[in-house]
Amino acid sequence: MPKTLFDKVWDAHVVTEIPGGNQVLYIDRHLIHEVTSPQAFNGLRRRKLPLLRKDRIVATADHNVPTINQHKPITEPLSAKQVRMLTENCAEFGVSLYGLGHPYQGIVHVIGPELGITRPGITMVCGDSHTSTHGAFGAIAFGIGTSQVEQVMATQCLLLTKPQKMRINVDGDLAPGVTAKDIILYIISQIGTGGGTGYFVEYAGSAIRALSMEGRMTICNMSIEMGARGGLIAPDQTTFDYLKGREFSPKGKDWDEAVAYWSSLPTEEGAQFDVELNYKAEDISPMVTYGTNPGMGMGVKEAIPVSSEVHNKASIDKAMKYMGLEAGKQLENHPIDYVFIGSCTNSRIEDLRAVVGLVGNSKVAEGVTAIVVPGSQQVSKQAISEGLDQKLIAAGFEFREAGCSACLGMNEDKVPAGKYCVSTSNRNFEGRQGPGARTILASPLTAAAAAITGRVTDVRELI
Amino acid sequence: MKPFTKLTSSAVPLPIEDVDTDQIIPARFLKAVTRDGFGENLFRDWRFDKLNQPKEDFVLNNPTYSGQILVAGANFGCGSSREHAAWAIGDYGFRVVVSSYFADIFRGNALNNGILPLVVSPSLLDEILQTIEVNPAAAFTIDLEAQTFKNETTGTVSTFDIDSYKKTCLINGYDDIDYLLSQSDLIDKFERERIDFSLK
Repeated sequence: MPKTLFDKVWDAHVVTEIPGGNQVLYIDRHLIHEVTSPQAFNGLRRRKLPLLRKDRIVATADHNVPTINQHKPITEPLSAKQVRMLTENCAEFGVSLYGLGHPYQGIVHVIGPELGITRPGITMVCGDSHTSTHGAFGAIAFGIGTSQVEQVMATQCLLLTKPQKMRINVDGDLAPGVTAKDIILYIISQIGTGGGTGYFVEYAGSAIRALSMEGRMTICNMSIEMGARGGLIAPDQTTFDYLKGREFSPKGKDWDEAVAYWSSLPTEEGAQFDVELNYKAEDISPMVTYGTNPGMGMGVKEAIPVSSEVHNKASIDKAMKYMGLEAGKQLENHPIDYVFIGSCTNSRIEDLRAVVGLVGNSKVAEGVTAIVVPGSQQVSKQAISEGLDQKLIAAGFEFREAGCSACLGMNEDKVPAGKYCVSTSNRNFEGRQGPGARTILASPLTAAAAAITGRVTDVRELI
Repeated sequence: MKPFTKLTSSAVPLPIEDVDTDQIIPARFLKAVTRDGFGENLFRDWRFDKLNQPKEDFVLNNPTYSGQILVAGANFGCGSSREHAAWAIGDYGFRVVVSSYFADIFRGNALNNGILPLVVSPSLLDEILQTIEVNPAAAFTIDLEAQTFKNETTGTVSTFDIDSYKKTCLINGYDDIDYLLSQSDLIDKFERERIDFSLK
């Protein structure tokens, strides 16, 4: 029987099936960070258990690190304590740590791929829901809770029910100004934040195939925002070209063997999915969110719906109250206060290049605070070597150091209450970017356009 | 893990859909390094205003409603994987969350912390909410062994699904880690026999 990419990878990692249908799944790579790991290390100590496989776990500090003056001690005491505990725990248990100041430090979902830790055909977990990002390489990658972090530390396995399979095909050509971020915001607006619950999603079709690895990561990253456990894309030459020569990528004969294996992974013709959805790239325009979950999105020219197929009137009314917006009206041209370019969704070099390319000789509008937070030290270094930092600074952007930053506001980077922020991150939940902050999710291009005009802007009119 | 067998309690209604884990426990409260004390910040920004005064219109601040069961709208627990959300709900005193469906990661986190995520049909969810609206002290009984949910007011008994492994864990207070450790010989064998392209 023809098999799907998901089945091939999943089935190759099943250690055993237990009565009741759960399976013991072997986990190849485990990424950890300062926020969801301390209780897991404490659990190992309490149970007097060793860390089973030190060579399969990698740590970094990203969620609550400052993005200014990272060479100085962290001033916020609780953040400082979490980062210090991560350092101590990694030293005690023998975990490789790319902490603050390390040239490989950065957002966990940015560094995994750029170091060649993320690869096709592997299983990968992290105590962070956006672990789905790594599925862009044809890996089964998903977020887990802290109890599961401890389980993987102790046994390199998890007990799981195999999810159902969904395939989402996007065919055709994207119009200029429309990006991977717009594809995924469009899909989520169509099926809602719960539409993928219980599924692992494979993204396919010519519009997906045409994307760079950065674009594919943006798509898979937001799989969790429709409730899917993860998303994945078949590995191909684009994947191999991205991985070749990276720090931990296979070398020499190992590379050739790996590529041969990876090439055997794509879904076979005729393989069955539980659900299949089809979209046309031509139907997608630059997207913005108007509400308080990522499913509340629309084309930038559209009016905010009074109710929709996936959101009832009560949900939209509640969101409108929080957002200070009115259903039935357009969001285009609405004034904005902040622009955040960063997060595991859109903080890679290609995103920064796109922003600089759009901004050109323009300046950030008066009254707008615009910050760019590269996803990792390596992205930052690359941006500096290309002179992107100087161009951004000259245009009036702040160019910060790597971390999760204003995506979730665990550090000092918060949007004040009542202020509107066009953000390239992944969640517009109430209070996500700071108590009372009003988030409008968009692509890096749309965010850059808003920075220049000071308003929600149709980027197609600037290119 | 605290075992769960049977519970009769009144319930707290939260008829909001897509309640995300950033609402259950905002990110700024994730800086603790233990599992304790998260209950005081459960639904922090819905419960308290900027001056940390309780918001009277939020259900947890309404003395009319109490109990160990939280009844919420569809897709409860979507968003972040933070287990702190389950810790906060448990620490506050809830043992059961009822909804028409749960986000996957939250459901797993709840089960790993002795909290039962109980899935009911949308129509039963409406009925439960109506019962509470009429009588905030209305009692409900959850019997995990029998897999039954009883509305003590109407006398309606319905059954619910839970996988047999997770049911055993909840009833006995077993953690997954105990089971996985018991499989270590099979895990060793898997590691020895597989062709591994993940490391070299």
